[in-house]
Amino acid sequence: MNVAIVKYNAGNIRSVANALKRLGITPELTDDAERLSKADCVLFPGQGEAGSTMAYLKSRGLDRLICGLKQPVLGICIGQQLLCRHSEESDTECLGVFDVEVKRFQPMRHEDKVPHMGWNTLSGLRGDLFKGFGKDEFVYFVHSYYVPVNPCTSAVTEYIVPFSAALHKDNFYATQFHPEKSGSVGERILKNFLDLAL
Amino acid sequence: MALAKRIIPCLDVKNGQTVKGTNFVNLRQAGDPVELGKAYSEQGADELVYLDITASHEGRKTFTDMVQRVAAEISIPFTVGGGINELADVERLLNAGADKVSVNSAALRRPQLIDDITGHFGSQVCVVAIDAKETEEGWFCYLNGGRIRTERKLFDWAREACDRGAGEILFTSMDHDGVKQGFANEALARLSDELSIPVIASGGAGRKEHFRDAFLLGKSDAALAASVFHFGEIPIPGLKEWLKDEGINVRI
Repeated sequence: MNVAIVKYNAGNIRSVANALKRLGITPELTDDAERLSKADCVLFPGQGEAGSTMAYLKSRGLDRLICGLKQPVLGICIGQQLLCRHSEESDTECLGVFDVEVKRFQPMRHEDKVPHMGWNTLSGLRGDLFKGFGKDEFVYFVHSYYVPVNPCTSAVTEYIVPFSAALHKDNFYATQFHPEKSGSVGERILKNFLDLAL
Repeated sequence: MALAKRIIPCLDVKNGQTVKGTNFVNLRQAGDPVELGKAYSEQGADELVYLDITASHEGRKTFTDMVQRVAAEISIPFTVGGGINELADVERLLNAGADKVSVNSAALRRPQLIDDITGHFGSQVCVVAIDAKETEEGWFCYLNGGRIRTERKLFDWAREACDRGAGEILFTSMDHDGVKQGFANEALARLSDELSIPVIASGGAGRKEHFRDAFLLGKSDAALAASVFHFGEIPIPGLKEWLKDEGINVRI
């Protein structure tokens, strides 16, 4: 299987490549339009800041390219946020695959620390990524901005507010959490995603 | 449900080998930090901390190679620390695949290092470790693994680190460390109350109850321990089941 990872200026992309290798897949890290278009599936991971990553994607024409992909696409963390319409972070226009606004967590109590960092549970699971999942499985999060619950939400996590732990629309999938750092639960999610491309 | 309290084994690494003994069974190489980390990950550890206690330059290189192997083979987050003096060290370790770095003496000597790290890589990668000891005049911070006393007070320094952008505080009470009589819960609770970032309790774990107390009395977000895990005195699966029964939200 030909698996591509979008190469851009976000951090922590290699950990996704490592996770895929543990599943026996050697992904290609590329920003080449043709290679991305021809891949069986595309991962769009990373940690970073919305304004600078979006500016980079635009400068390379990767914004239109990603939106036009027809194969299964998985955005992770900042990848999920960039697939939305707009982010409060640096007031950034994003890719608009999911018609929703990315917001910053507003602490309500002292215990509400931002970033939301650590292991939290998933509920309200829908769709292919969570095939075979039980109740309240834990995944690993690190983020200060979140996607509110909306019609594309395919998993919900509660932190300060209920938010979209995952999204799905057509061939686009996204997770706010890091499947590549979520132990065996994360591996099942990545496997389920790869299965979509079979 | 809510954010789970984290259990974090800490591994000291010297010349590419874990230092403290272990009685893990079924490990091909008990001294191999990667094998040991993997075993902890499979047992349900929520994160790992690897501390480089090598002094030499060659040791640094060996440690960086180990970080690459950990990143390749282990699917939970891990922090690395020990000997981080400048931004270049941080960059090297993050590039090798570490999720976070822990800075201690270098940050205490030159607090701007925290701003530099968080400015370049974000708050979430920067753990500030503090070794402190209580005296009649209050809690004071120590340098170089507790060898040199400073005039910095624990709560002042922790707040400054937080203001400079630190993502977490890893607090070790030197008087509790290694004694196995429980964590410094009063100081931990005060840190948790005063800071807007997670606090990791370190030093003092000897029994399961100590972890519960660190979470309930110490209000910690995570608890770190070394020997009770390495020597198999407190197996992680049993610890987490017990904590869950005690009403603490842990990942099982």
